[in-house]
Amino acid sequence: MDVFLETFLNWRIVQEAWPILWQGFQATLLLSALVVPLGLAGGVMIALLSTATTPWVRWPLRVWVDTFRALPPLVLLVFIFAGLPFIGLDVGAWGAVAIGFFLNTGAYYGEILRAGIESVPRGQIEAARSTGLTRGQAMAYIVLPQAVRNVLPDLISNTLEVVKLTSIASVVALPELLFQARQAQSVTYNATPIMAAAVAYFVLLWPVVRLLSRLENRQLAGRR
Amino acid sequence: MSPAPIVDARAIHKHFGHLHVLRGVDLQVAEKELVFLIGPSGSGKSTLLRCLNRLEEPSAGSVTVDGIDMLDPRTDINKARQRIGMVFQSFNLYPHMTALGNVALALRKVQGLPRADAEAKAQAALERVHLADRADHYPAQLSGGQQQRVAIARAIALEPRVMLFDEPTSALDPELVGGVLAVMRELREDGMTMVVVSHEMGFARAAADRVVFMADGLIVETGPPGEIFANPQHERTRAFISQIERH
Ligand SMILES: Nc1ncnc2c1ncn2[C@@H]1O[C@H](COP(=O)(O)OP(=O)(O)O)[C@@H](O)[C@H]1O
Ligand SMILES: [Mg+2]
Repeated sequence: MDVFLETFLNWRIVQEAWPILWQGFQATLLLSALVVPLGLAGGVMIALLSTATTPWVRWPLRVWVDTFRALPPLVLLVFIFAGLPFIGLDVGAWGAVAIGFFLNTGAYYGEILRAGIESVPRGQIEAARSTGLTRGQAMAYIVLPQAVRNVLPDLISNTLEVVKLTSIASVVALPELLFQARQAQSVTYNATPIMAAAVAYFVLLWPVVRLLSRLENRQLAGRR
Repeated sequence: MSPAPIVDARAIHKHFGHLHVLRGVDLQVAEKELVFLIGPSGSGKSTLLRCLNRLEEPSAGSVTVDGIDMLDPRTDINKARQRIGMVFQSFNLYPHMTALGNVALALRKVQGLPRADAEAKAQAALERVHLADRADHYPAQLSGGQQQRVAIARAIALEPRVMLFDEPTSALDPELVGGVLAVMRELREDGMTMVVVSHEMGFARAAADRVVFMADGLIVETGPPGEIFANPQHERTRAFISQIERH
């Protein structure tokens, strides 16, 4: 038991590793604040394009979305980080992560938002257009607000996954929480920093998880 | 010579794929006239109405409303549509906005009125449909009849020259129909030009200037309500009217 505590829950180690872990925590926050809006922007673009009627838009879009949903995000990230320099583009760790998440996360958010847009009855757009609103205005004021509301639990759920997925940035040596925790682990020869990182993720995400289940319960209640 | 009609649709054809839904329809509506459009389900009544404000693109023909060529690509369609109010069978109110928000949206975003002005105008429109006290209610908090009256307010707030009604009372419980018809009567008395698709024969008798009977994408017969209902000239019209009156 003592050995277990000594190795996994060692308060002295936490104190020692704190500055490194704190840096990692901040980087993870920053990373999330970067990739979630990027992914959402990509998702909105994909969802809007998917309302186009011409096959010349729909087909390439289908291929695009399928590709980036099928590629494992880790593979995609390594590919961008190691591959782009070969064509003379060195975007660095942050750049590679931003591109990778835009592609991967955007595809997922895009599919969720597309389902949301399709859940809004056609009559809503027709009513809006009949009063003189443009296509874009009808989308912005009538369709998207309802679409987002209809798929809000899915959007939040995906956002949870995205924040957790930021830990893959450690493979390109971006000093986020997991990377820093492993650094601390290798310096201290102790697993406690990893435990601390797990606690930090929990603290960060638990409020979101709570929010999500409240929304889901409310939707269930609304459906009854 | 009578003045130019405010709605002038000529030789309208509409195809949906292989379906030939409108097969050469002419419809002229004079200012302040109330035209009643009847006909079996699937005869093309909704499609014809929707061609008038170009929610559907006619395959052939011409549509002029208030002197504006609705099918000319150079026409600013969003500007033209403000002159043509439309009311739908399923109301189509925006569920995420209050009654006032529903009515004020186009005033703000299309006509560019400042918020306060738009809301004052929207409030006045809600008063005309007797729902001033429901301005801050969301559609889900209103009865079907009230929702349809808000939808009418949304259309008349833009001060249209013509109002199109597509079966405005068909989705309503019978006891709520009267309130909507009463508002339509008041609109008519205020001089609004109206094209109404509906099977409310009592309303047609009392308020319509002219009844148009459509079948299979063509206008079969047209005339004053008294004549069409009492003495229809075509067998199709007769069959349709006797079937309606049995209900
Ligand atoms: N968007 C559409 N696509 C294909 N067919 C349509 C569409 N809208 C209407 N139709 C068809 O056109 C015909 C006329 O429809 P409609 O104008 O709604 O008739 P009504 O209003 O008189 O009942 C029907 O057969 C209907 O199925
Ligand atoms: Mg119809």
